[in-house]
Amino acid sequence: MKILPPVSIEARRLLPSRWDLLAAILVLGFIVAFADASRFLVHPLSSITGHDLTLNLSDLPGYALRTALRMLIAMGVSLVFTFTYATWAAKNPRAGSLLVPLLDILQSVPILSFLSVTIVWFLSLSPGRVLGAELACVFTIFTGQAWNMAFSFYQSLRTVPEELTEAGRMFGLSSWARFWRIEAPFATPPLIWNMMMSMSGGWFFVTISEAISVGKTNIALPGIGSWIAVAIAQKNLPAIFEAIGAMLVVILIYDQLLFRPLVAWADRFRISSEPSDDVPESWALQMYRRSRLLDLMTAPFEQMMRWSYRLRPASFGLKGVTRDVDSRVANILWYAILSLLGAYGAYRIYEFGHANLTWGDAATAVGLGFITLIRVLVLIALASLIWTPIGIYVGLRPKLTAIVQPVAQFLAAFPANILFPLVVSVIVIFELNPDIWLSPLMVLGTQWYILFNVIAGASTMPKELRDASDNFGVRGWLWWKRVALPAVFPYYVTGAITASGGSWNASIVAEVASWGTRTLRAHGLGAYIADAVTSGDFRKVVLGTAVMSFFVVVVNRILWRPLYWYAERKFRMT
Amino acid sequence: MTSPSLLEVTHVRRAFPRSAGEELLVLDDVNLTLKQGEIVGLLGRSGSGKSTLLRLIAGLAQPQGGSLTYMGAPIEGPAQGVAMVFQGFALFPWLTVLENVELGLEALGLPQKEIRARALAAIDLIGLDGYESAYPRELSGGMRQRVGFARAVVVHPNILLMDEPFSALDVLTAENLRTDLVELWGNGKLPIKGIILVTHNIEEAVLMCDRVLLFSSNPGRVSSEIKIDLPQPRDRTSPQFEHYVDQIYVEMTARRVERLREQQARANAGIEMPLVHVSPNQIAGLIEALAAAPYDGKADLPDVAYEQELEVDELFPVAEAMQLLRLAEIEGGDIRLTHMGKRFADADLNERKEIFSRSLMSNVPLAAHIRRVLDERASHSAPKTRFLDELENHMAEDAAEDSLKTVVSWARFGELFSYDDDAALFSLENPT
Repeated sequence: MKILPPVSIEARRLLPSRWDLLAAILVLGFIVAFADASRFLVHPLSSITGHDLTLNLSDLPGYALRTALRMLIAMGVSLVFTFTYATWAAKNPRAGSLLVPLLDILQSVPILSFLSVTIVWFLSLSPGRVLGAELACVFTIFTGQAWNMAFSFYQSLRTVPEELTEAGRMFGLSSWARFWRIEAPFATPPLIWNMMMSMSGGWFFVTISEAISVGKTNIALPGIGSWIAVAIAQKNLPAIFEAIGAMLVVILIYDQLLFRPLVAWADRFRISSEPSDDVPESWALQMYRRSRLLDLMTAPFEQMMRWSYRLRPASFGLKGVTRDVDSRVANILWYAILSLLGAYGAYRIYEFGHANLTWGDAATAVGLGFITLIRVLVLIALASLIWTPIGIYVGLRPKLTAIVQPVAQFLAAFPANILFPLVVSVIVIFELNPDIWLSPLMVLGTQWYILFNVIAGASTMPKELRDASDNFGVRGWLWWKRVALPAVFPYYVTGAITASGGSWNASIVAEVASWGTRTLRAHGLGAYIADAVTSGDFRKVVLGTAVMSFFVVVVNRILWRPLYWYAERKFRMT
Repeated sequence: MTSPSLLEVTHVRRAFPRSAGEELLVLDDVNLTLKQGEIVGLLGRSGSGKSTLLRLIAGLAQPQGGSLTYMGAPIEGPAQGVAMVFQGFALFPWLTVLENVELGLEALGLPQKEIRARALAAIDLIGLDGYESAYPRELSGGMRQRVGFARAVVVHPNILLMDEPFSALDVLTAENLRTDLVELWGNGKLPIKGIILVTHNIEEAVLMCDRVLLFSSNPGRVSSEIKIDLPQPRDRTSPQFEHYVDQIYVEMTARRVERLREQQARANAGIEMPLVHVSPNQIAGLIEALAAAPYDGKADLPDVAYEQELEVDELFPVAEAMQLLRLAEIEGGDIRLTHMGKRFADADLNERKEIFSRSLMSNVPLAAHIRRVLDERASHSAPKTRFLDELENHMAEDAAEDSLKTVVSWARFGELFSYDDDAALFSLENPT
């Protein structure tokens, strides 16, 4: 299964359209509005913790369970968002022209910025209680998961084979029935794959958002993330290892009980004329399938769905179909509302900038952005140099692939920030230069995308091509240059794009790290945002966020997008 | 005896909007009547609009003019009682055979018991017994299309629409399915009142249909109607059968060739003649076949199609390209190599390239035009857009792309000029 690149890479045009601009204004306006409000909202209780956190090993399973539950809830919310937002965007071209660019911008906004500007608002929902903090945490995970799930679903809805849709219409399925019986099933396998990808990001951010300080607001929700925060403060290395162990177990359980069954189940929705050699299997799915209880539980639901398909009798044409009625009025209304929103957003942004920021601030942020950009590019290049040859070596050996591929995927899912303390403690001990040695943390979690994409590319290389190159004695550098590298190139590019996007997000956590009382700080936009969040300086949060989104979108458009399409056109074997 | 008509199509017109306010006319003034108990074939080359007409009848699209009525009522959307069999089967891969067949009945809101009974009956009728719980991907192409038939038949449609239902199948499987279907129809076992079959296979049309409507392309029109007055089951080898096949061949080629000649007569004037993509290898292959025994330079088109195992859709474009290049002449249902065609057949590769190149210069205005432009320019190169823009003044966008693609492949064979796809650049240079 292919990883889906961000929206701006799939976009057909190089130059941003009016819609992209409007989307940027709306998202930034939203952040500005929340940041503004946060500054003036009174929050009497500045420290919120479920209960006192201790590093008792016996408490760890409970913490792990809470962390896992937050993930599950956020996944549910993301699914609801996906089914509504993406469906709306796909079914209604008028809405789609805004909703899709909006996704693009949302994908580029660093997750932590969402958290920092909304947390005060969430806390004000239920003053003095933990619920608000829990909501904020779930919201953070949601922002880390929802966008690419929605985009995947949108893409699938747009590519349902014409014949299937026509067959559905011919046999009188209502649009509701068509959605559930044709479109949703068709979109399921890519959606599940993207859910798994999102989950990786989710673990990363759940652990961060459990223990966070925004200005005077300190939050420590019981969970693995808070456990690690305490362990860092106490310089407790064994506790860090315990957390790593707990995380491994949680991810393993998620994989075995949720994703493997899902993938195995979704295999039937795959559109392919050939039966596949390796049908995904899952012992858990077998168990679910054989369980009477589950049948009993789902049966009424299934009955209800069946009934609902008939609810709106299919509009058989003889009575006339309700086509889009003359929609000029709706059009005018829609554009009027959007113009007003856009104008208001622009005004708010202008007002905010005018009152709080100078050009000097902006220059500082952009300068730091370039430092982080260089860091991202250098590290991606380094990771590519290391993992591409290894990935090709592994991918050409099916037995080795069978072992390494799941491990690489697992490592990609593992929240790298849990490993940070290990590295940071070493930097502290040896007094290393943080500007250099903190940098690898940015790709610690994201480099695996390059590895497992390259493995996937190499393993799908046609046997005939490999035989041919053997036959003609193509060896050594010539073999890498003419055979192996071109064959994996499209896969590599997709992996590198994903890794680069993730690294920007990780920079906020990686460029500032602490061990006990020592805080290491590298120069960069990530550190700039992280510091602004910690000190509750919303004007800097907004500025940093805007600059980082800008960098991500621009790099996507002028570097990755051309590379991606070049790879797809020239090297993709179909 | 006059039987009531199931379907009336009168003066139907369908066009697709093109850039700059132009439109591509796909169907123009098409009339069709389907009476009870009839199989009507829509026969034409790809792009003649026959599939578009089928979609209009299915209610999947609306015409820009004219009217379609089904059992006396206008068609404004998918009508109950009109079922379709798709070229690519259009089975739902996540549903079993039984579930696929039941789908249309569920949408009708029938009671579960009746749904099951009718689905099983249809599966039995179409010969799918034992496959009920299989998923489509486990089945062969022929069995998949049987599911397609069962799914359509089970709703007891008045009209069955078939969109090239056998064209994705291999020859043996297709024949097996055709005879089964004709037999079921003949026995009156199918709960269907009339069938419309879209095809580009002439023999298939003669084998199955009571009437065949021939479509001409650009824009799609019904050029003639042929009544097949043979009892079922029909024998492909009988003289009457062959007579009908010949007749259709002649009808289908005559009009096209006539138009081609007209275009060529004023050809040297312009580049507006759209070129259909045919590879030089196909042309060379057919020339060689025609030059050899038993044809010795002259052949009956149906015979060539049969013996070279070519579908009409494959044979006609090649034959027409040969006509265009003056390597062959088409007359009635015959094709005859010209003097140049014979020389081409006897020549070695280099001479062939030369003959081809000369023929391009004198018979294909677009090729000559590009060569001239390249000769005149100091750099001996020109970007693709230079010609694409020019072509788009005369024809639709994709036709322009197609024409350029064709002329590139011909020019490469004739070494008239070269083209670099990465740079989208025409030039006179080949890599040295």
